[in-house]
Amino acid sequence: MKQSKSLLSLLSNNEVRGYVFQAVALCAIVFMAYVAIDNLFINIEARSIHTGFSFLKNRAGFDISEFLIDYTPEHSNLRVFYVGLLNTIVVAIVGIFFATIIGLLIGIARLSNNYLISKLAGGYIELFRNIPVLLQILFWYNISLIIFPHPRKSFEFFDAIFINKRGFYFPKPIAEDGFLWVVVALVVAIVSVIAMKRYFKKKHEKTGTYTSTFLYSALLVIGLPAFVYFIIGSPLHLDYPALKGFNFKGGMVFSPEFTALAFALSVYTATYIAEAIRSGIEAVDKGQKEAAAAIGLTPVQSLKLVVMPQALRVAIPPTINQYLNLTKNSSLATAIGYPELMSAFGGTVLNQVGQAVEILGMTMLVYLAISLTISLVLNIVNKKMSIKGR
Amino acid sequence: MAIYELNAPKKVPITQIGAIRWLRHNLFSSWINAALTILAIYMLYIVIPPLLDWMIISANFKFGTVDLFGYSIEFSEAMATNNDCGRSAACWPYIYEKIYMFTYGFYPREESWRPDAVFWLTLGAFIVIKLIKNYKHKNIVFLAITIMYPIVSFILISGGSFGLVHVETHQWGGLMLTLVIASVGILVSFPIGILLALGRQSNLKVINFLSTIFIEFIRAVPLITILFMASFVLPLFFTESMDFDKLLRALIGIALFQAAYFAEVVRGGLQAIPKGQYEAADAVGLNYVKKNVLIILPQALKISIPNLVGSSISLFKDTTLVLIIGLMDMLAMVNMTSNDPYWLGRETEGFVFVTMVMWVLLYSMSRYSRKLEYRFNTEHTN
Repeated sequence: MKQSKSLLSLLSNNEVRGYVFQAVALCAIVFMAYVAIDNLFINIEARSIHTGFSFLKNRAGFDISEFLIDYTPEHSNLRVFYVGLLNTIVVAIVGIFFATIIGLLIGIARLSNNYLISKLAGGYIELFRNIPVLLQILFWYNISLIIFPHPRKSFEFFDAIFINKRGFYFPKPIAEDGFLWVVVALVVAIVSVIAMKRYFKKKHEKTGTYTSTFLYSALLVIGLPAFVYFIIGSPLHLDYPALKGFNFKGGMVFSPEFTALAFALSVYTATYIAEAIRSGIEAVDKGQKEAAAAIGLTPVQSLKLVVMPQALRVAIPPTINQYLNLTKNSSLATAIGYPELMSAFGGTVLNQVGQAVEILGMTMLVYLAISLTISLVLNIVNKKMSIKGR
Repeated sequence: MAIYELNAPKKVPITQIGAIRWLRHNLFSSWINAALTILAIYMLYIVIPPLLDWMIISANFKFGTVDLFGYSIEFSEAMATNNDCGRSAACWPYIYEKIYMFTYGFYPREESWRPDAVFWLTLGAFIVIKLIKNYKHKNIVFLAITIMYPIVSFILISGGSFGLVHVETHQWGGLMLTLVIASVGILVSFPIGILLALGRQSNLKVINFLSTIFIEFIRAVPLITILFMASFVLPLFFTESMDFDKLLRALIGIALFQAAYFAEVVRGGLQAIPKGQYEAADAVGLNYVKKNVLIILPQALKISIPNLVGSSISLFKDTTLVLIIGLMDMLAMVNMTSNDPYWLGRETEGFVFVTMVMWVLLYSMSRYSRKLEYRFNTEHTN
């Protein structure tokens, strides 16, 4: 009797109750997981679905329209995974690039003194951020299929760029033997620019005389590779697209799917980046600008040395988050059939093989890895950007 | 003594008053500004006139005779056909004929009063909640509404009892389905989100770990992978006898997805509560549940309201994704209706129409959320 009473009173101890509660919760979850996985195996057997990852070695047997690494239907499903992953990365990089540029422009335009420009930028933001991105992707894709002509009647620009229903055709630069030297020259130029900047910064800190390095840097970065390029004898030629039969051959092709996806993603994400940039600039106290002017900085110096560093601290974290969102949204390509990871691997391979657990698990893990990488970058940036107390 | 007369005041120069002053200040204050203004006008000139032409001026509005609230308005003698419209401008009769599909999908026409009733019920519930703000027993009424509303709505839309014909979920569609998914998603995920947020704030290591893993995992992957999981893998977790329909699977996926996002929003609110509140609640001897329900959550949720609304708006945008797993929401109706041989090739009109509806809904929601943010923002800003 006494024993049970002391056991009961143990339950009113906060710490003990915590352990009991956690143990119960853990048991419940383990039990649920056990039942679910048990059912999973029963169901998989009943539906005679294969298990394991041997399907990755099997012949894929379907065509993919766009690939960076060699691909034919004879390749394995694992190859499809790589092709899809690379396509995801390509569309994410292109989308991030354009979203950043559009976002920067719109964000700055939003704060312009010019009434019309500022209202236009505001209109852009309100218009595109309030339309679901999937709707935008489908819209641009369908529009591009309707308004662009057949290959025979392509829109032409300088006999080099062609636009039609099948995609955007650009001349493809093909490197010849000596091109590596041009790349080397570019690297040398960039390294020397960094060294020069360091030197002049040190000089500035020591003596207080400021030297603008912009002109020299521009000359070095553009001039040196160009010089090497011409000395070696233009080791680069362009492969022009040309109409052969019903379609264009050669050159670089951006399919309508890719273009619509990249366009919609960058236009949509740009609205968020623009808002991030705007709030960053607005977050800088007015007094900062006034103080910069008071100690005699020019407007450009004030922007570069006082406003921007503070604005970026506010603007960069949400912008990086938007990069992550853009990458995740690229999975919407499933709706228009651009063969990125989710569409080629999580869609087509899943339909053929039927091993949903393995395939979706792999796909989710990839996105998880991308997210973790981006949040790692974000953490590093945050640490670097945080105000350093002295 | 000389008398000096004041000169009559000069008129303000015409460049410094009215519209001209405004123009000079806002549009032509410098050469760069003037160039930008001209660029902006040029961009508007490229976009707006063709758009207006396509949508209104050259567009076809021959709806035939339209019955509007008992009045019949005659737009034209007969409704235009696909061929009458031509390809150079919008063909709105197509939207007019398919408006039922865009709103209700394949919901039986004679039963369409039921979703309508739910719509009016929703409005009514909101009005009642607004009206009873100062009523003594408002909590009871509020609780009754929160419990009764989903049940009544479900019975109305799904049917199968009270003499209502059962309408299967694959017949649900259009805007109605979009709203059903969004509202069910929000209502179901909200309590789960609160629990997850509390779990992530908890000192209990196991609970904390599990909640954190769940939240971070869900937030790291795209919704579409979760929807695929819900539609392909989820049924495998249950015994054969439990048959999920497609809509239910999508709803489970969306609710779990949204719960993780709500959890992060609520956690933000929880972190903003001063530590003293927790300690005070402990000091007066409240247990964990009472402490959270009576002291912490009311404050935390109030802080998070603007972000909760923002997160709900994102969910509303994301509901369009269900078309990829084969549900017939409003966006899916575009392809559905333009595959009709009679109206072949009218996707553009469909997309523009859906865009307009979605935009109006989302824009008003985002205005509302900004109003809330403004109302709850009591900080002084410079």
